[in-house]
Amino acid sequence: MTSPTPPHNSHFGDWLFANLTRLFAVLTLLTLIGILISLIVGSWPAIERFGFGFLTSGEWNPPMDRFGALIPVYGTLVTSLVALVIAVPVSFGIALFLTELSPPWLRRPLGTAIELLAAIPSIVYGMWGLLVFVPIFSQYVQPLLASTLGNVPLLGMLFTGAPLGIGILAASVILAIMIIPFIASVMRDVFEVTPPMLKESAYGVGATTWEVVWNVVWPYTRVGVVGGIMLGLGRALGETMAVTFLIGNMNVFTGVSLFLPGNSIASALANEFAEAESPIYTASLIELGLLLFVITFIVLSLSKLLLLRMNRQEGTRT
Amino acid sequence: MMNDTNEVLAGTAVDPLEVQIAFRNFDFHYGSYHALKNINLEIFKRRVTAFIGPSGCGKSTLLRTINRMYDLYPEQRASGELLLDGDNILERSVDVNELRAKVGMVFQKPTPFPMSIYDNITFGVGLHERLNKGQLEERVEWALRKAALWDEVKDKLKQSGMSLSGGQQQRLCIARGIAVKPEVLLLDEPTSALDPISTMRVEELINELKEEFTIVIVTHNMQQAARISDYTAYMYLGELIEFGVTDQIFIKPGKKQTEDYITGRFG
Amino acid sequence: MTLYQRRRLVNQLALGLSLAAMVFGLFWLGWILFTVIDLGISGLSLRLFTEMTPPPGSSEGGLINAIVGSLIMVGLATAIGTPVGIMAGIYLAEYGRNTWLGSATRFINDILLSAPSIIIGLFVYAVYVAQVGKFSGFAGVLALALIVVPVVIRTTENMLQLVPNSLREAAFALGAPKWAVILQVTLRASAAGVVTGILLAVARISGETAPLLFTALSSQFWSVNLNEPMANLPVTIFKFAMSPFKDWQELAWAGVFLITLGVLGLNIATRVVFREKHKL
Repeated sequence: MTSPTPPHNSHFGDWLFANLTRLFAVLTLLTLIGILISLIVGSWPAIERFGFGFLTSGEWNPPMDRFGALIPVYGTLVTSLVALVIAVPVSFGIALFLTELSPPWLRRPLGTAIELLAAIPSIVYGMWGLLVFVPIFSQYVQPLLASTLGNVPLLGMLFTGAPLGIGILAASVILAIMIIPFIASVMRDVFEVTPPMLKESAYGVGATTWEVVWNVVWPYTRVGVVGGIMLGLGRALGETMAVTFLIGNMNVFTGVSLFLPGNSIASALANEFAEAESPIYTASLIELGLLLFVITFIVLSLSKLLLLRMNRQEGTRT
Repeated sequence: MMNDTNEVLAGTAVDPLEVQIAFRNFDFHYGSYHALKNINLEIFKRRVTAFIGPSGCGKSTLLRTINRMYDLYPEQRASGELLLDGDNILERSVDVNELRAKVGMVFQKPTPFPMSIYDNITFGVGLHERLNKGQLEERVEWALRKAALWDEVKDKLKQSGMSLSGGQQQRLCIARGIAVKPEVLLLDEPTSALDPISTMRVEELINELKEEFTIVIVTHNMQQAARISDYTAYMYLGELIEFGVTDQIFIKPGKKQTEDYITGRFG
Repeated sequence: MTLYQRRRLVNQLALGLSLAAMVFGLFWLGWILFTVIDLGISGLSLRLFTEMTPPPGSSEGGLINAIVGSLIMVGLATAIGTPVGIMAGIYLAEYGRNTWLGSATRFINDILLSAPSIIIGLFVYAVYVAQVGKFSGFAGVLALALIVVPVVIRTTENMLQLVPNSLREAAFALGAPKWAVILQVTLRASAAGVVTGILLAVARISGETAPLLFTALSSQFWSVNLNEPMANLPVTIFKFAMSPFKDWQELAWAGVFLITLGVLGLNIATRVVFREKHKL
């Protein structure tokens, strides 16, 4: 090696390969931007026509070409919120069980079983929900809820009305089951990351298991737990098929009761998009999609940021 | 700083002493940490040179500069001169891949590739030479024989390299390194993860290999250095404290620091 | 009640509730699986695989066109999405560990991973279907591929990061250029994990309905032409399940059974295989 050697073939190969991989990474970024742009462009006619009023109008009148996002947005938010109310405590319980109570040999199979819940496609949930769950729900559960919670002042308003089966509550329950595995998995992962030394010090002064979890594990993992909950929320907001089967697809607001049918953004899109005739109808639906995209983007970003903060605290990666 | 090596052993007429590697005013930094300070050292062709010293003295760091392994990590920088056969390999114009064909390395932990034994050996060869199937097979046998592994694996060349025992895996890595016919072999604590019998085998191997290759070995085991090396460099806190013929260093070291380390007063 | 007794009671209550939560979760899994198997198996017959979906009005039929259509779309979407995902995953693990592009891509990718799949369908509609003027199997393939990519990126990156640096260094030490180190050593070392990721992506898209609703639509005919709406299992199930016809609903259950079998089978198989490989 006496003089500078001309570029070896491998240098070109390295340059090509490195930039090829970089290209595909950039494509991922571009996809997100592309989605945003295409949704804005597609919904432009509706944005122009309705402006901000779109967000507050409860009108959904295809023949007259008058549309408003209030009802689908309301349905999306309420179903997701009720689903969280059910799913969060259950997921906490499951994560607690998996990390503290379960015998070691049972841990993996149980964990796998819960994760299988996440693998079941949403159309299965939808169909099962409609044809198996709803009849039982309307025949037994709803009357029971109406006669118990329905009589509680204020809260009772949520549990009044005919037990149709389908409706916001049914959709929320199925949604809850669908998001439990996501929230429970994240909770379990962050619980496991708690340094054993921390827990042992608490056990060492005679704390019960519950006291250790409540006073040591939970404060330590708080950030990650909230991140996990937001992840579940993000999933619930966008869930389509299960909600479409169960929510009742009604575009008129008739009351706050959870027994009533309603609509969510995703189910409106699923049901109406293929048949939307006028351009403004299509554009309004796309604007709904844009709203959903923006909401889930914000929620999922928050979730990711919280989980990253948890990891930085840990020095590991989820 | 450095003993005048020529005064100690002028070499024989059959195998005269030639300098293969030379460090001149060589410094090394990890970020802002000054890891190697003003190293001036010569390594001779077809001899075994050992780097010894307590943990953290920089011996592995120094070894890994000879094949520019530190290039993989952006915060690591070398300055000064590092001559291989007279050429400064620190210059940007040097083709690192060709350098590494000339300077091979075996690591502390055996790292067989996830391929067959045969493919492990031919991986490196294929990067630098165009050989036909017959020539490749010859090279594989040659390398495995040299690494004293041929008899044990000749019937299972197609088996995964990871199916061998620890000692065999390390010899496979040595065979892999030799197969590309380098001039220099860098060994970074090659036996510290091995049992005593495998260690002995590898040390015998090194004794044979030095007739063809220049060997530089980092070891924290002083007895090993005393057993197998011709020259020894003692390092401490990033500085080269003493360099000389192994027997000299171990029997009558020139510096008190060296003596303290060798007699076990610390480290 | 002493303080100690009260603490013990609270503890037992809490642990009891957590057990109840576990049982609650398992209960739904059990109920759903039981129903799917029960109702699905009774709808299984040879006809399922030999006859096409019945047109409105008739009740005799099978699902073969939907099955074939799904197989084609899932296969193509995987074939398109996998290389893209692997390359981007390689970038993240081998080149982009500390770069802003790497961090941004990782962040965005995780969002795309959990993004509503109906939005993906809407996106493909807007950029492809609306431009071309009609629904097509290929549009469905595009939408599914966009779901495959984030899954493959994530698993590829995670698996590559598990490979110890010493293996990379050993390959570099022989004079290998970076692309050879990555393709021939690092990727090979993580092959089992990467394949697992691909299989999980397949399982995921096999059951996806929403992205197909306004891309591939569906069809009651035999369709292997990617330029036309293509029959597929999920959308067919959607139509049949919502219908009032008992026979159609039976077919829908059979379809659900097939999909669930495939999806859960793949999930369990990948876990078992992956654990075997890593026992080594």
